[in-house]
Amino acid sequence: MTTKVNIAGVEFKNPVMTASGTFGSGMEYGEFVDLNKLGAVMTKGVANVPWVGNPTPRVAEVYGGMLNAIGLQNPGIDVFLERDYVFLKQYDTKIIVNVCGKTVEDYVEVVERLGETEVDMLEINVSCPNVKEGAIAFGQETGALCHITSEIRKKAKQPVIMKLSPNVVDIGEMAKAAEASGADAVSLINTITGMKIDIHKRAFALANKTGGLSGPAIKPVAVRMVYQAANAVKIPVIGMGGIANAEDAIEFLLAGASAIAVGAMNFVNPYLTEEVVTGIEAYMERYGVTDIKELIGAVK
Amino acid sequence: MSQEKIAPDIYDMWLETNLATEAKPGQFICLYPKEESTLLPRPISVCETDLQRGRLRIVYRIAGKGTAEFSTYQAGDTVDILGNIGNGFPLAEGAGKKAFLIGGGIGIPPILQLAKELQAEKQIVLGYRNGDTFLLEDLEQHGTVHIASEDGSIGTKGNVMDAIRAEGLQAEVIYACGPMPMLRAIKAYATEQGIPAYLSLEEHMACGVGACLGCVVKTKEVDHHSHVHNARICTEGPVFEAQEVEI
Repeated sequence: MTTKVNIAGVEFKNPVMTASGTFGSGMEYGEFVDLNKLGAVMTKGVANVPWVGNPTPRVAEVYGGMLNAIGLQNPGIDVFLERDYVFLKQYDTKIIVNVCGKTVEDYVEVVERLGETEVDMLEINVSCPNVKEGAIAFGQETGALCHITSEIRKKAKQPVIMKLSPNVVDIGEMAKAAEASGADAVSLINTITGMKIDIHKRAFALANKTGGLSGPAIKPVAVRMVYQAANAVKIPVIGMGGIANAEDAIEFLLAGASAIAVGAMNFVNPYLTEEVVTGIEAYMERYGVTDIKELIGAVK
Repeated sequence: MSQEKIAPDIYDMWLETNLATEAKPGQFICLYPKEESTLLPRPISVCETDLQRGRLRIVYRIAGKGTAEFSTYQAGDTVDILGNIGNGFPLAEGAGKKAFLIGGGIGIPPILQLAKELQAEKQIVLGYRNGDTFLLEDLEQHGTVHIASEDGSIGTKGNVMDAIRAEGLQAEVIYACGPMPMLRAIKAYATEQGIPAYLSLEEHMACGVGACLGCVVKTKEVDHHSHVHNARICTEGPVFEAQEVEI
């Protein structure tokens, strides 16, 4: 039985990854999960300089999910390379660095710095709904997405994954735009913009007013969009959005994802990523699946 | 576990857990609700530990669906918990000194284990909404207790600072947990008196392990982890010296 998957020439021991922003740099979950067991760690977004993020409250629970408006707080690429990258290099897992920026130049600066490292892949965040400049501004219109994708592709030494927003009219068109501009893969979905109002305080639950919805509440939307994207492009799709167990992960694989990432549910069950790995193996054994690639896109 | 209601909406739960032996005053644990629509762990401070019987006590107020679920648990039930989280109150900073241990409302519970362990001249100042007090008898065993209540039904009418002023109390160090307006007033008082104040802060959080960056507080200096003026309450806190944080 093999659980190996290959995305843009990078081989992963299994398709289970950690969705950006829900797993820190891996360090925070190291005492719960054997990082060596994971296909890859996708890091929290990294910018060219430290970002302070949004005011609190930054998180709020909603039915079956949560809203967040962290605002991409991060210590910047220098600290990432000195501390988080060095930490992750100790493990036998692939490193995918999520890159964020306010301008194309910001992204390119981080991409170039990462080009000097042994980071395995880059995931470009053009879909965070919680910052005013950059991020989602590049991911909601095909022209902007094509521009940033091709600029990054010119400078990147590693394969480039464009992380797409669900807050668009046609996810297939966005995936095609990324593919046409040189993306090596796409990942989706980022969070869905939402809002919560505290009726007792008559105030927004988040200081940012709106936030990104994640968790099991968004899973059906994510599965549908992964299916649409996978059928629109030839490049691999990495699926994410509300995965709470191995069954959910398998659903994404069947919809067409070549790999999957566990996100908000890491907060609910810090052991989850490893449980998904073993759960996928148990499913394969139960149904006599010898190669996980048989599952990818098996439901047409 | 065992549990009883000790005041309106306030519950007193003892959990049998091996976390009890390690728990320090001012640390907290996270409880995970069983209801799947309420996903996130609920941070609740350690009220007391019982090393002989390996039990950890929490006292909490019903604030939403998660805590409402916890309040229905009965002896013999189990719940998933994560802990012990955070750094707790620095005991050495108050050793041998004249100290205020201040708790306001549902910030009172962590003061109990602090009062048990702190070797100091302890003046415990408690703020309640009204005469529905809780943990009062437990706390009276570990220091002199001064009370304020918002409606004046017990102790000084007003808040904990009103009680301190009305009774002319003095201290060389402060430990406190309670609502933000109380903590701001204590910071102002500590600044004016030129004494340290160790404040236990609270913020909405998603993970409890330092990954989500939900529970940050603005800091005076650049934080060593974030490299911006934000520290994580779950990991760098929940207790901060008042002058370190912008509250």
